[in-house]
Amino acid sequence: MPTVDISGWTCPTPLRDQPRVVMGHGGGGALSAELVQQIFAPAFGGEILAQLGDSAAVSLGGVRLAFSTDSYVVRPLFFPGGCIGDLAVNGTVNDLAMSGARAAYLSCGFILEEGVEMPVVAGVADAMGAAARAAGVEVATGDTKVVEAGHGDGVYLNTAGIGLIPAGVDLRPQRVVPGDVVIVSGDIGLHGVAIMSVREGLEFGVEIESDCAALGGLVESMLAVTPDLHVLRDPTRGGLAAALCEIASASCTGIVIQERAIPVPSAVANACAILGLDPMYVANEGKLVAFVPREHADAVLDAMRAHPLGAGARIIGETVETHPGMVVARTPLGGTRVVDLPLGEQLPRIC
Amino acid sequence: MKYLEEFQNPELARRLLDEIRATVTRPWALMEVCGGQTHTIIRHGIDQLLPDEVELIHGPGCPVCVTPLEVIDKALEIAARPDVIFCSFGDMLRVPGSDRDLFQVRSRGGDVRVVYSPLDALKIAQQNPHREVVFFGIGFETTAPPNAMTVHQARKLGIPNFSLLVSHVRVPPAIEAIMTSPSCRVQAFLAAGHVCSVMGMGEYPELADRFQVPIVVTGFEPLDILEGVRRTVRQLERGEHTVDNAYPRAVRSEGNPAAQAMLADVFEVTDRAWRGIGTIPASGWRLSERYRDYDAEYRFSVDGITTREPAACRSGEVLQGLIKPHECEAFGTACTPRSPLGATMVSSEGACAAYYLYRRLGTTPTPQEASPVA
Repeated sequence: MPTVDISGWTCPTPLRDQPRVVMGHGGGGALSAELVQQIFAPAFGGEILAQLGDSAAVSLGGVRLAFSTDSYVVRPLFFPGGCIGDLAVNGTVNDLAMSGARAAYLSCGFILEEGVEMPVVAGVADAMGAAARAAGVEVATGDTKVVEAGHGDGVYLNTAGIGLIPAGVDLRPQRVVPGDVVIVSGDIGLHGVAIMSVREGLEFGVEIESDCAALGGLVESMLAVTPDLHVLRDPTRGGLAAALCEIASASCTGIVIQERAIPVPSAVANACAILGLDPMYVANEGKLVAFVPREHADAVLDAMRAHPLGAGARIIGETVETHPGMVVARTPLGGTRVVDLPLGEQLPRIC
Repeated sequence: MKYLEEFQNPELARRLLDEIRATVTRPWALMEVCGGQTHTIIRHGIDQLLPDEVELIHGPGCPVCVTPLEVIDKALEIAARPDVIFCSFGDMLRVPGSDRDLFQVRSRGGDVRVVYSPLDALKIAQQNPHREVVFFGIGFETTAPPNAMTVHQARKLGIPNFSLLVSHVRVPPAIEAIMTSPSCRVQAFLAAGHVCSVMGMGEYPELADRFQVPIVVTGFEPLDILEGVRRTVRQLERGEHTVDNAYPRAVRSEGNPAAQAMLADVFEVTDRAWRGIGTIPASGWRLSERYRDYDAEYRFSVDGITTREPAACRSGEVLQGLIKPHECEAFGTACTPRSPLGATMVSSEGACAAYYLYRRLGTTPTPQEASPVA
């Protein structure tokens, strides 16, 4: 057996710059952030955009408005618990709700692929209408384009929305201070696992449904307790981990999370264990994370639990002065680990 | 899956830790062979909870990390061909070749697909009879049998447009290479439980005897790891060096004979280069002569690949357990998951990535790695 000479061991070349767009640029992680910061923000140059919130708080004629847009390219179009139409309404309604605003009007852009069956388009539109009525928002304007067969996944959607921000409400990461309590509104990971199970044809022994829902009502019930919430975030792409990392970074505070306190349904935990994924990075579509002053935490938690979409709300951690900008999880065994912003999309592990 | 929570029980973990503390009297260096074990250790903070005397050295058992650059470059070349559908497990897509990765091939129009099983790739071949479908068959003894079975099925079903790009590696020769390295500090091994569930434990007594090291077959949940450590430390303290099975719910001493028969039919043992380490004799598998028609390297004639690996980082030493990831000067600065210098920083099972993700309390994130996203 020859001796292995380790003195000459070498390492691969770095891939520092992506010359083209890769899927990770849309994953809600570090690559997405770089795309926005290096290309879009400099190109547009606005102060409001530079705040990089899920929605923008703007003033118009003395009125404070929340303004947001989002595009939807989910595959398959219909999945357990909803469809692309529900997502397109609820996603933008939720982005506005994270500014404290109740969505008032939405726009809707359809990009249809040549050849898609009319009942599919009708099904998506009907779902959008039903979701809009349930959320109390009106689809006020829209647009339709058709692309050639092979240039789209049947239906792509874009929605934009506006809503009024109530007086006295100011939800921004910069308002977070050490000592705030971190609350999550319920079970995490359901949407991402539901999509994965149908997209990849994976069976996890139990059907997992997306948590797709409009959170405007839940936010209203929280603000009714106190308008002094510091920040809200709906942890969609990149999951709970990305939302926490973004807030830690923007607020320059540290966040400590108790892993055992995070509500992960066993079906999600099992699916993630099989695939080598971390539930904290899996997308949600009907959950929020709230940073609340300690003195209001119990009352806000009670109000959340009294609402159907917050029945499973739990305190999962707090903000601290140490390790500013960093999220640290205390593991069930008593160790600690850093929770980082995902790079792009999570990849299933080989073993 | 009912046992997930039971195997993370804090009370049982504390008892095991207490017993390890009560047993250990001097420093010991244990190597966990498998990247999956490394991931569990770091993710749950197990290395922080163990007594200072017990050092865990992270071994070369991440299949993504050790797949040689030449094979990655061959994969990239094949995947870029317009007539090919290239199928792979997900975490191979981000591994850098000489100048790109599979994600970039896909962004330039290559048909690269993530699958969860090689049989999915075979199905894709059946559905696309006019295109060549290639599956990237990498990994240890755990992933080799299903890949072997898929090739066997392809022949049985007469599917001519399927082939395998093979870079399989074997654990025992790697243990031997580590123990014969002059700079080796390893005094015991936590063997990879899933490898043993296939291959059994028959290859290990000779290694334990020859190198006078305890080898404890260990699972992957936190309590599995702690039980493996407890048994290993007990052996070390007693001066013993036997092969012990601490993962009996998954491992039988004879392993899985059907899987072994499939391996013997489809593959043959060969020398194999390990990325960052070098060539280890008889440490890999390739398709046997009988199945050569299904070997993508032959089918696509990807010879003459020139690789470029500048000596920029120290992942080879990390894979050998000579240094901890954070002892590399590039760690967390020039080398991050965003811009990996080495495969150990790419794979979530790589020691460097695990350290970077879960162990940076002494550092602060750079703006680009912790910035808000619109």
